[in-house]
Amino acid sequence: MRSFLRVGAMATVAATALLTAGCSSPAADQPAADGPVELSFWAWAPNIEKVVDLWNEENPEIKVTVSKQDGGDPAITKLLTAINAGSGAPDLIQAEYQKIPTLVASDALADISEGAGGLQEKFPEGVWDSVTLGGDALYAVPQDSGPMMFYYREDIFKELGLEVPTTWEEYADVARAVHASDPKRYLGTFSANDAGWFAGMAQQAGTSWWSIDGDSWGVDIDSEATEKVASYWGGLVEEGAIDNKPMYTPEWNAGLNDGSQVGWLSAIWAPGVLSGNAADTAGLWKVAPMPQWEGEEATGNWGGSSTAVTSQSEHAEAATEFATWLNTDPEAVQALADVSNVYPAATEEAESALTTAPDFFSNQPDFYDVAADVAQTVNPFTYGPNVNVAFSAYNDEFAKAADAKTEAAFVDALKAMQEITVTDLEDNGFNVK
Amino acid sequence: MSAQPATTGSTGAGSAGNTVTGDPLRPGNPAKTVAAVPERRRSNRFRSRVLTPYLMLAPGILLFAVFMAAPIFYTLYLSFQRIEVSGLGLGSGARKQVFAGFDNYAAALSDPEFGASVGRVLTYGVILIPSMLGLALLFALLLDSRRSRATTFTRVSIFLPYAVPAVISSLLWGFLYLPSVSPFYYVTERLGFDMPQILSSGLIMFGIANIALWGGVGFNMIVIYTSLKAVPNDIYEAARLDGASEMQIALRIKIPIVMPSLIMTGLFSIVATLQVFAEPTTLRPLTNTLSTSWTPLMKVYRDAFTRDDIYSAAASSIVIAAATLLISFVFLRVVQKRAFGQED
Repeated sequence: MRSFLRVGAMATVAATALLTAGCSSPAADQPAADGPVELSFWAWAPNIEKVVDLWNEENPEIKVTVSKQDGGDPAITKLLTAINAGSGAPDLIQAEYQKIPTLVASDALADISEGAGGLQEKFPEGVWDSVTLGGDALYAVPQDSGPMMFYYREDIFKELGLEVPTTWEEYADVARAVHASDPKRYLGTFSANDAGWFAGMAQQAGTSWWSIDGDSWGVDIDSEATEKVASYWGGLVEEGAIDNKPMYTPEWNAGLNDGSQVGWLSAIWAPGVLSGNAADTAGLWKVAPMPQWEGEEATGNWGGSSTAVTSQSEHAEAATEFATWLNTDPEAVQALADVSNVYPAATEEAESALTTAPDFFSNQPDFYDVAADVAQTVNPFTYGPNVNVAFSAYNDEFAKAADAKTEAAFVDALKAMQEITVTDLEDNGFNVK
Repeated sequence: MSAQPATTGSTGAGSAGNTVTGDPLRPGNPAKTVAAVPERRRSNRFRSRVLTPYLMLAPGILLFAVFMAAPIFYTLYLSFQRIEVSGLGLGSGARKQVFAGFDNYAAALSDPEFGASVGRVLTYGVILIPSMLGLALLFALLLDSRRSRATTFTRVSIFLPYAVPAVISSLLWGFLYLPSVSPFYYVTERLGFDMPQILSSGLIMFGIANIALWGGVGFNMIVIYTSLKAVPNDIYEAARLDGASEMQIALRIKIPIVMPSLIMTGLFSIVATLQVFAEPTTLRPLTNTLSTSWTPLMKVYRDAFTRDDIYSAAASSIVIAAATLLISFVFLRVVQKRAFGQED
């Protein structure tokens, strides 16, 4: 059907094709003969279609259609299914950084270093590493990052006479004080549902769960640094100073709103979640850098995503052009920050796009100054080809530990996570160090 | 829905047909008429005798082949394959599909998590099936008893939860199970009771069974009630003349007569129990007590879509299907004689 149309078009509209080819984008693979290049884009960032509209207005010869996805995980699952099936994948997909090695291992992403390799200097080094996996190929253009920060209820801190914790030791003391003031109140919760959160914590402690050594993968989930993090949280849960219920439940939402969750170790995108889930508390929250272990100021990343071109795309060049525009064009970056509420990964563009604090944090005009400083201190971290396995092992093992409420169970959970991850790599035939 | 596969609808409708007629003495099959075969040429006879039935069967066979047989064979094929990665596994050509022999089956059967999930499902079935069928039978008998009032309204209200999809009902119950957003906990706390945490490891099984019970009782009740309605009244009259009480009629006449319906609903419940998925999957994000492999089907889902390993998921699926078939067969063997003994 399609080829039939194409032949027809070739025969009858050859002259038109010649005419329009002149003014069509040089990036379009098959200029004008088929009309504008049509690109499909699977994404879940809020209101991203409005940002894409800007592109479509300016680039009539490359039309991008957004297909809204439920979120990072379901979109990737669908993409992998389409890749396995051999058809049905979109041209472009919004992919979280931790999904990139998995996608590359499934041969789902196109190497776009030719079209977008020159963008390197626009992004922080750690972010760029996660889209190149440290090699010469480029698998995606970074979109946003999620440096972790500490959010707290300023009013309740004042009421209880508490100082903002700057070290993890202080955080533990504050947690005890908060819980002692009211047995229903917690400074935070340890969520066994959010592996990305825990990975960010480990990243802050200066470790990386995977590494590439020549032709082999290294897996270091149960490193000393991560074990320190696990036993710290296990200890707080064991003594009951910290809640052990998952985040993102109706109960947790209610807790944020009614003040029984007094703080949240989250990322730069937290204002969006807080304004949606805890609307009554607008203007009561403040943000501070993460509490620190000893040593240099550091933080981890929780979330953040990129725009990738899939290996099934027939218009990789046009798709690369769009991905580049979306994440580095000043107008697009401004729109991403304003309409989609993301923290753009492109350093300079983000700085000029984000000048006033989010509405929910109108009480803290220097919100983005704090964020910009924190974003500079993100530790490097490498994700491996079976993040999905490690993360689902986290869900299961740490759920058991959080239910058991003992420090020892947390350390055991970490060991189990390491073992499951390594066994999976070995069973599949990966070289493992 | 949790307790019954969708296909049971047709059976229910069949029984309902009997209710409408309400006449057990109705002749076997009025549509069955013997047409005299006129003298025809051999080719014609061949066409009508041999080809026509196949022609009529063709759509069914085709649909079955495409949507049942082919996927089953493809699953079988996948279950004997696996992915072999070389080196770092990055880039194209680093992964290839290879023959795995029985590796996937061995892995599925020796995985302690798989065994544990089967154990959980069996416990769940032991809690759910007797209570669901018991309640369904009780409600059906109450509705059928002579002194019941407002039966239509009651019947519809008991049946209504069956119309709520399992995911929705799990979300509803999930809210009710979370202490800080649940009206139950609010009320009991005001009254000074300490209500136990349903989402805790000890009670979660009952919490999930309760959701399935809520959704499933109505359907099973309708099936049993329908077969009660098909019982000719003169049997009851004869019993009453002999001085039987309503209780005796229920125990000695009604229950034995609806035994085939009970067996059918029991079989469907067993199959549905082995396949429980929606309720625990929906509740999982709310609690630490449900793992991603809490039931066998959840494990299949996790392997296929979270771990991206469709091969071991295929092997586990085949194992589950075979076990379901075996259990259904054994169940029927054991109860058949008891249930249909008189008819033999």
